[in-house]
Order: sequence, then C-alpha cells, then structure tokens
Amino acid sequence: MSEQARHLLEVDDLEVHFPTADGLVRAVDGLTFSLEPGRTLGIVGESGSGKSVTSQAILGLHRGTPAKVSGRIRFDGVELLDLPIKDLRRLRGNDISMIFQDPLSALHPYYSVGKQIAEAYRVHHSVSRRQALARAEEMLELVGIPNAGRRVHEYPHQFSGGMRQRAMIAMALVNDPRLLIADEPTTALDVTVQAQILELMKKLQREFGSAIIIITHDLGVVADIADDVLVMYAGHAVEQGAVNEVFYQPDMPYTWGLLSSMPRIGSPRGQRLATIAGSPPSLIRPPSGCRFHPRCAYRGLVEGDACVTTPPRLVAGGADHRARCHLEPGARERVRLQLSTIDSVGER
Amino acid sequence: MFQYVVKRVLSIIGMLILISVSVFALFFAVPADPARLTCGKNCTPAIIEANRHALGYDKPIVVQYFDFMKGLVSERDFPDDPVIAKNSPQSITHCPAPCLGYSATQGQLVSTMIKQAFPITASIAVGAFVLWLVGGIGIGVLSALKRGSILERGLVGASLVAYSLPTFFIGLLLLDIVSIKYGLAPPAGYTPFVDDPVAWAKGMILPWITLAMVFAALYVRLTRANMLETLSEDYIRTARAKGVPEWAVIVRHAMRAALTPIVTIAGLDLGGVLAGAAITETVFNLNGIGKTGVYAIQQLDLPVIVAVVLLSAFVIVLFNFLVDLLYAFLDPRVTL
Amino acid sequence: MTEPLLRVTGLRKHFPTKGGLLSRNRSVVKAVDGVSLEVAGGETVGLVGESGCGKSTTGRTMLRALEPTSGRIEFDGRDITGVGREELRKLRREMQMIFQDPFSSLNPRHTVGTILAAPFEIQGIKAPNGVKAAVRDLLSRVGLSPEHYNRYPHEFSGGQRQRIGIARALAVQPRLIVCDEPVSALDVSIQAEIINLLQDIQAETGIAYVFVAHDLSVVRHISDRVAVMYLGKVMESATSDELYERPLHPYTNALLSAAPLPDPVQQRAREKIVLQGDLPSPSDPPSGCVFRTRCPMAQQVCAEVTPAYAEHSPGHWVACHFPEDEQLAA
Repeated sequence: MSEQARHLLEVDDLEVHFPTADGLVRAVDGLTFSLEPGRTLGIVGESGSGKSVTSQAILGLHRGTPAKVSGRIRFDGVELLDLPIKDLRRLRGNDISMIFQDPLSALHPYYSVGKQIAEAYRVHHSVSRRQALARAEEMLELVGIPNAGRRVHEYPHQFSGGMRQRAMIAMALVNDPRLLIADEPTTALDVTVQAQILELMKKLQREFGSAIIIITHDLGVVADIADDVLVMYAGHAVEQGAVNEVFYQPDMPYTWGLLSSMPRIGSPRGQRLATIAGSPPSLIRPPSGCRFHPRCAYRGLVEGDACVTTPPRLVAGGADHRARCHLEPGARERVRLQLSTIDSVGER
Repeated sequence: MFQYVVKRVLSIIGMLILISVSVFALFFAVPADPARLTCGKNCTPAIIEANRHALGYDKPIVVQYFDFMKGLVSERDFPDDPVIAKNSPQSITHCPAPCLGYSATQGQLVSTMIKQAFPITASIAVGAFVLWLVGGIGIGVLSALKRGSILERGLVGASLVAYSLPTFFIGLLLLDIVSIKYGLAPPAGYTPFVDDPVAWAKGMILPWITLAMVFAALYVRLTRANMLETLSEDYIRTARAKGVPEWAVIVRHAMRAALTPIVTIAGLDLGGVLAGAAITETVFNLNGIGKTGVYAIQQLDLPVIVAVVLLSAFVIVLFNFLVDLLYAFLDPRVTL
Repeated sequence: MTEPLLRVTGLRKHFPTKGGLLSRNRSVVKAVDGVSLEVAGGETVGLVGESGCGKSTTGRTMLRALEPTSGRIEFDGRDITGVGREELRKLRREMQMIFQDPFSSLNPRHTVGTILAAPFEIQGIKAPNGVKAAVRDLLSRVGLSPEHYNRYPHEFSGGQRQRIGIARALAVQPRLIVCDEPVSALDVSIQAEIINLLQDIQAETGIAYVFVAHDLSVVRHISDRVAVMYLGKVMESATSDELYERPLHPYTNALLSAAPLPDPVQQRAREKIVLQGDLPSPSDPPSGCVFRTRCPMAQQVCAEVTPAYAEHSPGHWVACHFPEDEQLAA
C-alpha cells in the first residue's frame, strides 16, 4: 500500500443526538475513526453504547428524522453529511451497503428474496427485471444457498435464519460495494450458523476486497474477523487499535472489564468472573469528566480528581493504539499484569 | 387450496340454512299477527282467518319452512290453494324457481322486489366504496407521511369529527344544505346506469358522500396507524439502505405492507354495505335492500324479511370468503 | 454413588402440530425425545445446544411445568411423574425456575415487595421476623438494596430484574432451580454479575442448578457436568472439563469449534469445523442418528441404526457410532 493511503472512510467528531421528552439523548457523542480499503473494523460495546446508531449515521439513515447529526463523515473523500440526498442514494447499497441483526424483520415479508435482491441491483443498474433476477440467483449461489434457481422465488419466511442472513449478504454485495457495514450480523443466529456466516464474510471479503465494519457485542466475533477494534462506551470511542493490541495490551479499565468478564472456554473453571460495577450511564446527562468514572475500579490510582472533572482524550499508547484514560502508562502496565487476560499474552 | 374452497362453500351453505331457520323461528316468536295487519279497522275474525289461510300462515311453521325451501328449487303459486286456483285463477300469482316468496303487502313477488332493490344498493355501495377507499387511504397515507405537521393534525381531527357524526345526520345535512338550500347537487334518485350513466352518478352523489364520509374517517385512522407502524419496520430501513428512492420506499415497500391488512377490512365493509345501507337509503328515500328490509319488518312481511336477511347474510359471508382468498394471494405467508 | 436429587429417565415431550379438521397429515414435534439425566444435590448440570434442540422444554418438563409425554421423573428418590396438583404445589417448594426474560414473568402492577412476598403466602412459609423482613433479606442476598422493596419491575434494569427473578425463586428455599437462559439477554458485564451471584448462592446454600443455555463458555464456566442436546436428544454428557477437553461427539466438537474465542491469535490459528446446512425439522427428524445429515463423519450405518447413548469412559456418555478418539480430539 502506498504511503499516502487514502482513508476509505473517515468519521470525525460524529454526534448523533435524539431530542426526547426527557431531554437530548447523546447516543453518539464525539466519535472519531477511520477505515482503510479492504480492512475490517470491529466496533464493540454494550447496549446503548451508540454502535448501531453510528452505522446508520454513515448511511444517512437518520435523515428525515428528528435526530441531529453533526461532525464529519467522509467516504472516499466525499463529505456524506451534507451530500444531497440524491447523491447519497447513489452511494447507498452501491458503494456502501449494510446488513442487519435480524434478517427476518430486515427483509420485506411480501416480496420474494430474489425480487428484493434484484431491486437492490436495479436501483443502481439499468437492466431488465429478468437480468436483475438472474443476477440475484447468481448472488444466492455465491453465498452458498443450495437450489438458488428455486429459492430465488421463495419468500423470507420460507428461509431458515442462517439462509436469510446469507440472502441479506447476497443483497448487500450485489453491487460489489467498497464498504460493507454489518450490524450484529450473527447475534440472532446459532453458534454453528454464526461460524458459517463469519466464514462466508471472510471469504467474500477476500474475493470482493470490500472494507467491513462489523458491529457486535461479542468479543469472540471481533477476535475472529476484525483487523482493528473500536471499543465504544457512552457514545464515543474509549479505546481503538489493531486487534492484537487491544486484546493483548488493553489500555483502559472498561476494556479490561469487558475482556475479563467473559467466561472463556480455555481458562480455568470455577473462579469468579470479573465484573464492571454499576450500570451503563445516562445518555441524557452523561457523567462529568471521564464517562466511565462512576464504574471505574482504578480511579484511585489517578491523582487528584481528573477523572471526575476532565474528560480524558484519546491518546496514542502505541503505533496503532489509542485509549481514553487518565491512568499513567506505568499504572496501566501494572494493572494489566494483574489481570488474568494478560496471562495468556505472557504465554504467547 | 381446493379442499379449503370446498370446505368454505359447504360451511357457507350450512350457515345460510341455519340463518333461514332462525329467521323463521324468530318471526313466529314475535307476538304480532301478520294476518291481523292485512285488513284495516273493520276487520272480522273471519276475514283475518281467510287472509291467514291465503297467506299460508295457517300451516305449521315447519311446513311453511319446507315450502319456502322447496320454492328455492321449484316453482310455487300464491296462494297455494287448489280451491282459489279453480274459482279465480286470475288471483293466483305464479312464482318461477328460484322462488323467494310472495309479498302480500306489496302484491309482488319477492324476487321482483329484490331485483329492483339490489341495483340501487349496489350503486350506492360500490360508488361509496371507491370514494371512501381513495379518500380514506389517500388522506391516511398523507397524514402518516406528514406526521407532526399542522396538515396532519387537521386531517386527523377532521376525520375524527366525521367519524363521530351519525350517518343520518350527515345525510340530512347534505340533503338540506347542499341539495335543497344551495342546489349544488341534485336530490338523490336512482336512474339505472345503463340508461343514463350521468344521471345515475348525479342521483347517487349525495348518498355516496354520506356513506363514504363515515367509512373514510375510519380508513384514515387505520391507514395512518398501519403506515406509521410499517414505516418504522426494519425492512423499510433496509430499502433505504439499498438506495431505493423515497417514493418507491413509500409505495413499493411501506404501502404494500401497510395496506394489505386494510384489504380485509375493506372487503368486509363492502360486503356489509352491499347487504343494505339502511340509514342512507332511508334518508335519501332510495328503495334499496336496506330500506326494503326495514319496511318489511314494519309490515311483518315474512317472505321479504327472510329474503332480505338471507341475501344480506349471503353477501357478507361471500365477501368474507373472497377476502380470505384474496389475502392468501396478497400475503405469501398465509396458506389456505 | 448416592441417590441423585433429580433423575429423569427416557423423558419425552411431543407437541402435536395444529392441523385442521380435514387435514390428514397431523404430525408431532418431538421437542424432547428420550432424555435421561441425573442431577446430584448441590451440583450444576448444564444443558447446552442450539435453538430448537429441546433444552428449554427439557428444563420445563423435568419440573413438570410441562406434562411429559412419557418417561419418568424422580425427585429425591420419589417418582413425581404422575403426582397430582396439590402434591405438585408442595413440590414447588423444592424446585423452582428462573427465566431468560424475568420482566415478562414479573407482574408490572405489583411492587417488588409484593412479588417476593407471594411465595411465602402461597407456600405458607413461616418467616420468624415477618414476611417483610424476610423479603428485605432476600433482596440483600441477591445484591439489591432493601429500599427497592416498594419499587415496580419497570424501574429496574435487565440485570436487576434477573436478580428479582432469582430472589423470587430463592424465597421458598428450594433444593433445585432450573435456570432457563438466565443471562442470554444481558450484556457481558451484567452477565458476569449474575453468574457470580448464582455461584455465590450455590456455595452458600448447596442448591443444585440445571443451567440451560446456548453459550458454551458460560455453560462450561458454571456447570459441573454438561449435556449437549441436538434435536430433542442428548448427544453427549460428561463433566465440564472432560467434555470440553475430550469431546467425543462430532456435534460437540463442531459446537466447540464454532464458538469464537475472545483471543485473536488462538481463534485464528485453530482448526474450525464448519457444519454444513441447517437444523432438520423436529417434526421429521432424520432416521438413525439425528445428527447424521450435518455430520462430517456420517457413514451408511448412521442412517440405519440409531446409536445407543452409552458410557464410553467412566462418567462420559455419548450417542455416536464413531466417537472421536482421544488422540484425534486432542
């Protein structure tokens, strides 16, 4: 890759705020990240962290709703936020496409799967219905649906959960997009089907070279598929970096909590799981200073009351690794050594 | 599918038989004497008895019922009395099959009355149906798309007012103001469509508006609610994410899903008004099925009551059936 | 071995699928089809499998929350398969259940205090310091504040509601709780809290759990023994460590291999068995071994002969014609 590799996607200080009766919900509040062509970014976070809202903001799906979106989203150098809707529509489903968590509700119940894929194709290509349907059948075959010629005429309810998600992927890839956004694509699926879908996404990425943003709460999925990770908490990134960096050198307390609260098949059984005290913060009145401070177990290691008063900035800890925390690097290193997750790094 | 249709047709027939039995039973349970109504103030028991005999009300109910049922497949004569037939054949009315009976009060065959009344009701119903469907769904979709605007509030408020007004009130209001006071529309009257389509439409315009207003209001609310629900569905988001233009998102994706359930209700409502729009017909003095039925009940005219009730019931169950078939066709998830 | 607390033998639960009056092809869904299982006092048995494998139905049927089609259920050495309603009500003091979505099982009009007092009244349990004090005690045992007494279910977060569900089950001091996907709807950090709570309660009271879940790592973490289910049948069961280290059944292997590890290097390096196809319909299961249509090692015999559920090594049971050898699995 050339030195001046242009970012495929650049999100800069993105804010998505929803006015409600109780006040302004700051679902996404100052999110910045970028993505290179052909790479996979995993966005992880718990419910309400703003990860799904982010993905919809990229496609401009909040347009026409009361949501207030500000900041900058540049796709291949084009600013998306103030792009006329006509031009944005040319990108949607063509250069940037999306797959959703629940393929049953994301597919129209009254149209055959083939028609829905064909529609995605015809919106961006002037071809006949028949040609588009042939293309749909081709795509179904590509994503591994047996008897594609027959199934292209079937309706979503006649598909199994895994087949539906395959069909969604076929629809998303029908125009050979440069960016695929997958919002919890395997959450509704069984683990063996999840494995099939993840393998399929990896295989198709190799073939199509699309960049992928995968949004998930499952760190295992991220470990499997992502090149880079972005950990979201209360509407912004608290840590981001290359997948190995974030998993083996996690650099702030929320990520520590996430990684060590997961029971692992490989780790010794019976010990207590680490937990994160408290519950997710209000997005209407987020905590002052560091948004994680009310739940942070390591606040005592920071001198003074910086955690409560000053929002920490995303600071580079390594070449490809940034975290949002007031802890001194030395203190972080000491905590990491104590945590069981880091033990596996030692073995490596 | 074939099995389903056979099943439904059999159940419709069974239901109609059951209804006819109930109507007969109810009629004779009413403590009024139809024979007594046949002659005026100067009645003697002898005349009443003679009339009772002439009308056939002196036979046991069961016999009367089977006579009626037989008439549906074979011809009948009224009165069915060989003595009268011999003495004064000119007073006998022949009723060819399918014979629905003979109305003594009207001096007509019931089938003739129905044949006259049904086109009137059908004219009112079909015209009003088109009007309320177009108006109700159009306004409903519009108000869903303009959610939160002043336009939406105005439309929803107006439909609520229309919905809360009784039919006869709307009818009388239109008749009085639009037609009589300002002469904006001709008074209601029936001209067969085939004779003069323009006169037909002119004569029907007020009944159409009256009937349509009540239904349209309901459809505005239904359509609006369905549209709002559908617009928040995941597949609408999927359509937008595909780059589908907004008009196509609304028409192809949202309306396709939001209006399908309305088909069911529309079909049932059309069946309902085809079975007689009694109030509208009465207000505008149109002799449709509804008004004929109301009059027959006032006159205790059994043959007409039975025929009107059976016809109404038949139309309603038929539409029920058609709607189910149509729904299975429209919604791929439904199998018969 | 001592008598187990709960023993189910050949448990079957078949649901008739609805068919019209005239439709001839009525069929049954064999949700649970011959499950045998033992739960000792104070131990945790995990029931794991994918959706539609019958794990939840098994959990419910063994408490007789659903009536078994056939089979035998013994609790504390006593056959409870056919006991009447009154007896069953008494048995509820011994066996309780918690659910995935506690919110739908909590009456929204009642305060937490009322909800938790109900079991005391229904079961006529004497509380030495009064029911109110007992309820407050329950609240603090599950990590809620006694001040929560007068609040309503909707005022709580998902994790707190699950705590209320656990408190309600604990009110009658049962000896067994069937936990039906109790942490599946929760975020990981909350999930960890609930798992810890369940383990603390077990350490304190010696209660036994049947832990029904689809997440293999959670099941392994909490269970002493694990049974893997597929299409209404137990494919394999063993102690947790044995099962996860030396899986014998190809399905267990595939499940383990499919669950992604939160460790990028390990996850990418390991060999994955990706199963082909979908779950067959439980109303028309494959002949012979029910897993054979997706099994990478299926042979002719698998279609013809149903493999017996047999003890392969001490405590390690498997239903497979070709259980994988220790060398192969390692």
